[in-house]
Amino acid sequence: MTEEMIIAGFGGQGVLSMGKILAYSAVMQDMEVSWMPSYGPEMRGGTANVTVIISSEKISSPILRQFDTAIILNQQSMDKFESSVKPGGLLIYDTNGISRHPERKDIDIYRIDAVEEAGKMNNSRIFNMIVLGGFLKIKPIIKFENVIKGLKESLPPRYHDLIPLNEKALERGMEVVRQI
Amino acid sequence: MTQEKELRLMKGNEAVAEAAIRAGADGYFGYPITPQSEILEYLMAAKPYETTGMVVLQAESEVAAINMVYGGAGCGKKVMTTSSSPGISLKQEGISYIAGAELPCLIVNVVRGGPGLGTIQPAQSDYFQAVKGGGHGDYHLIVLAPASVQEMADFVGLGFDLAFKYRNPVMILSDGAIGQMMEKVWLGPYKERSKDVPDWATTGKTPDRERNIITSLHLDSFSEERFNQKLIKKYEEIKSKEVRFEEFNCEDADYVLVAYGTSARVCQKSVQMARAEGLKVGLLRPVTLFPFPSKRISELSTRAKMILSVEMSSGQMVEDVLLAVNGKIPVYHYGRMGGIVTAPDEVVDFLKSKIGG
Repeated sequence: MTEEMIIAGFGGQGVLSMGKILAYSAVMQDMEVSWMPSYGPEMRGGTANVTVIISSEKISSPILRQFDTAIILNQQSMDKFESSVKPGGLLIYDTNGISRHPERKDIDIYRIDAVEEAGKMNNSRIFNMIVLGGFLKIKPIIKFENVIKGLKESLPPRYHDLIPLNEKALERGMEVVRQI
Repeated sequence: MTQEKELRLMKGNEAVAEAAIRAGADGYFGYPITPQSEILEYLMAAKPYETTGMVVLQAESEVAAINMVYGGAGCGKKVMTTSSSPGISLKQEGISYIAGAELPCLIVNVVRGGPGLGTIQPAQSDYFQAVKGGGHGDYHLIVLAPASVQEMADFVGLGFDLAFKYRNPVMILSDGAIGQMMEKVWLGPYKERSKDVPDWATTGKTPDRERNIITSLHLDSFSEERFNQKLIKKYEEIKSKEVRFEEFNCEDADYVLVAYGTSARVCQKSVQMARAEGLKVGLLRPVTLFPFPSKRISELSTRAKMILSVEMSSGQMVEDVLLAVNGKIPVYHYGRMGGIVTAPDEVVDFLKSKIGG
């Protein structure tokens, strides 16, 4: 099993940390993993992305141009990465702030209104966990218990009281993600 | 302190820092620069001076940092510095002096694109500087090229061992991608800092021996030439004993890719993609850039049809590949610049264009 994915959105949206939680979760499941962030000027200019590869085998290139899955969280990222999904691949996006919706017919497209759901749960910071829940619903490549373990590993202990809230956000994401 | 190997998920930069503490390093002297500042940040947060006694110091400049390394190395201590391309340029005078004084130390370059201030994104355009000198004078560094976060950690210990074995500065030539990337890494147990004082170290004269003098100054031309010849002898020994490389699918390869570091990871994928299309492609990954695996490349060029050197530069390592192949078969270079990491499919496309032509 190899899952090559890109997560892209605004800096500060928790794009990199979503990738990090996924990476830690994969380690908890004894998988190989690479997490390659954008760290360049785009970080300062507002967009951020991270390539995460999870595999049962040794990972070759940590940098790719084609992905099994793209999780897209703003318009710039949609413009940049819609075409990078492999035919038959998966695109998940949050409709918030999207003016041009994805148009490809050869991939599976799901939407998740995570910004809206996070608002309903009165915590904008769990937005990324709602998105992650949506992804794991469509591609359950990591067991839920390992995601919780990964969450514990990636969060500093002072935030561990927030784990139940993050767990709820993951579950919420699994409920609200829907195919287009 | 644990003696077991420990599994962590870390950035390459963090792995260097943690591995330095575990290798029993005595001192780190650095100055921040993207994309390697996490090394200094990690060490400052880890406070090894409270546990192992390892000194961690942010110097006032790169020039100060390398000269602190010079001083520490002269006392026989396991010392290191890290930087990225523009900072490594500033350190070149000190590196030349350290090589000229035959002192052991570890220098890590997490390469970014250049020349000048360039970009903060990954590149491999410091190959010439690392392998062919960099500073003035006839000298070589031992240059290790990690291709994973695991090797970023492993090469710290290996680098110190080689530095002390040959009394020669060792460079880990990495790049922004490996520095910033997170992967699984198995960390070795914490080693005690060594209490042994090498017999050449300047730690104060004792009555039972002559003074130890460490210098790179030889005003007498014959003395300088004798010293140059001594260095050449050392480099020849290093070339005969320390060449390291790794091969993927080279046994039956018609086309051999040669790539190190991040490009070698990219090329592993290119090999898989090309093989899926029925092309017999292999990869030779130099692990040491000095000494370079010239002999092996020469052997491969007696039965392969073409060699493609892949590097994120305008073509630096390709010159050493050309020397090794010595005209036997065609050699090409491919690589992106400016901080763009070459994509696996681009390498395959370029290779196919050359096979066709």
